Amino acid sequence: MTDIGRQQRMASALGLGLLLLSVALLLIGASVGSTGFESVLQAWSDPVAMQIVWDIRLPRTLGAWAAGALLGLAGAVAQGLFRNPLADPYLLGSASGASLGVSLALVFFGVSPFATQWLVRLGLTGAAFAGAVGAVLLTLLLAKGVQHTLRLLLAGVIVGVVLGAFASLTMLMVPEVTQAMQAFMLGSTGFVGWTACALMSAVWLLCVVVAWMLSHALDGLSLGEATAASLGLPLAQMRVALIAVMALATGSAVAQTGLIAFVGLAAPHLVRSVTKTKHGRLIFLASLMGGVLLMAADMLARWLIAPQELPVGVLTAVLGGGYLLWLMHRSTRTSKGGAL
Amino acid sequence: MKNSGLKFLLCWLATSALCSAHAAAPLQVTDDRGVVVTFAQTPQRIVSLLPSLSETVCELGQCQRLVGVDRYSDFPLSLRALPQVGGGLDPNIEAIVALKPDVVLMGTSSRAGERLQSLGIKVVALEPKSHADVKRVLEKIGQVLQVPDAQRVWRVIDAGVAAAAQSLPASVKQIRVYFEVNRAPYGAGESSFIGETLTRLGAKNIVPASLGPFPKLNPEFVVRANPDVIMVGDRDYAGLDGRPGWSSLRAIKEHRVCIFTAAQADMVVRPGPRMAEGARLMAQCLQGKAS
Repeated sequence: MTDIGRQQRMASALGLGLLLLSVALLLIGASVGSTGFESVLQAWSDPVAMQIVWDIRLPRTLGAWAAGALLGLAGAVAQGLFRNPLADPYLLGSASGASLGVSLALVFFGVSPFATQWLVRLGLTGAAFAGAVGAVLLTLLLAKGVQHTLRLLLAGVIVGVVLGAFASLTMLMVPEVTQAMQAFMLGSTGFVGWTACALMSAVWLLCVVVAWMLSHALDGLSLGEATAASLGLPLAQMRVALIAVMALATGSAVAQTGLIAFVGLAAPHLVRSVTKTKHGRLIFLASLMGGVLLMAADMLARWLIAPQELPVGVLTAVLGGGYLLWLMHRSTRTSKGGAL
Repeated sequence: MKNSGLKFLLCWLATSALCSAHAAAPLQVTDDRGVVVTFAQTPQRIVSLLPSLSETVCELGQCQRLVGVDRYSDFPLSLRALPQVGGGLDPNIEAIVALKPDVVLMGTSSRAGERLQSLGIKVVALEPKSHADVKRVLEKIGQVLQVPDAQRVWRVIDAGVAAAAQSLPASVKQIRVYFEVNRAPYGAGESSFIGETLTRLGAKNIVPASLGPFPKLNPEFVVRANPDVIMVGDRDYAGLDGRPGWSSLRAIKEHRVCIFTAAQADMVVRPGPRMAEGARLMAQCLQGKAS
């Protein structure tokens, strides 16, 4: 009993800490970039400095948080839904779908810019979103619904591999798009504006509420499917809703920022390494953790080789992976096979 | 007609204030995305995110209007002194905005275009890929920068390519060439920019137009085609003769491989105003290796 109480206190403390860290990072984020802190000082007198702080730094910092939060949320849902610690937001093929969407869009932009007005209007962002969500739908179709976890997983892997192969094929056939594709695959938070920010925040709010409402299904599932069913949970409908949350969250993040690695996988683990908690809290905390992780990575991305930028995906992999590795070793040292 | 030309000249000599008074009608340019960009005044501060576009601006004599370039723009050398704002595909948006450009010139495949536009920056996206594109881009940029002699610059470049072709004796003109773009191997087909130059020089390309501009080739294809001359960048040259079956290629046995340094390769492969230099390099190669 006291242990549960302690874990709950830990969870609240972690949540509070992550929120405070988010705010701190947001403030630092407004003052880091190609021109440095003086842009903030001059913001009231110089319209360009104002534009840099208000229209570029703030939306991209907030956008990085929102995208990270979406990925962390999708990761927590995926790991709960598939009861697999290696599950990540891209499990159902969204990453490959988005890649294919973007590569096709790039090819048609390049070949005949005038014949594809609708594609231009859809843009790379729209193509990525359509591809990501389309891939999940294809997975559901191939798995004939959501009843069988294993079938769903396998269908996701197959869709991922096949669509990924087509995306690679497109790059091979039209090598002009290869570099643009690489940029997309490494992910970047550099192009996020207020609209994208608002869009991602709205999706995040929706997804968090739905996922939180369905979190008891994830708790039930963690005891095994038979137990969950015996608890009287309408599993099929809940699974559909959770997969929809996952697809929507992942698709929105990927469309705006590209394929950012590792945040979705690492964020839930990072939370679990600090505190054991039910999915209702885990989802929220993993979301905050993902946001903080990507925000920190974005900050380093623009600071390390300023005035140029590193691809943020490289940093999330290094940061998230390094921290996770450290936690893993620390926990095995202290408790002999603890949290991870 | 003559009068308007004189006015134009006067306009250029006069101060910008006078100039804007004359240029009452706003300038409209349609870029390669089909987007119409309107300029109330001739842009004075330019950021270029594509090396061939930076070169074009300088070729038109307007190098001084460039205030920032991408990290790959390395010609003319004076560009290295300008602030670099990242690559064409991963530019630093904030660094571009801080330069307060009147226009950003860039390729069509970058997501940065939409973002810059939403920040109120004028973007002209141009994607030169062929000889005809070089001419078109020269004219477009000439139009944007209000430089009247883009046509003349093009004629000089075009004459340079023609001169390179004429420098070759008729006997060299049936040589079959394989141009390797990289070691995957991708070859330059007849429909590519490089292929067009080869065609103008009169040489034959072993990669037909039907395969597309830059097809990924089976190494076997090259062995079967047995080219007379191979052109390759020095980065991809190492190990070329060690590829299975390639040691028996005529070009390799008779040491007819032209290796371009990175700087030379830029002239040869960039669809920009240095295409005449590129053609000259290729002509030298054909003459040296084939006679």
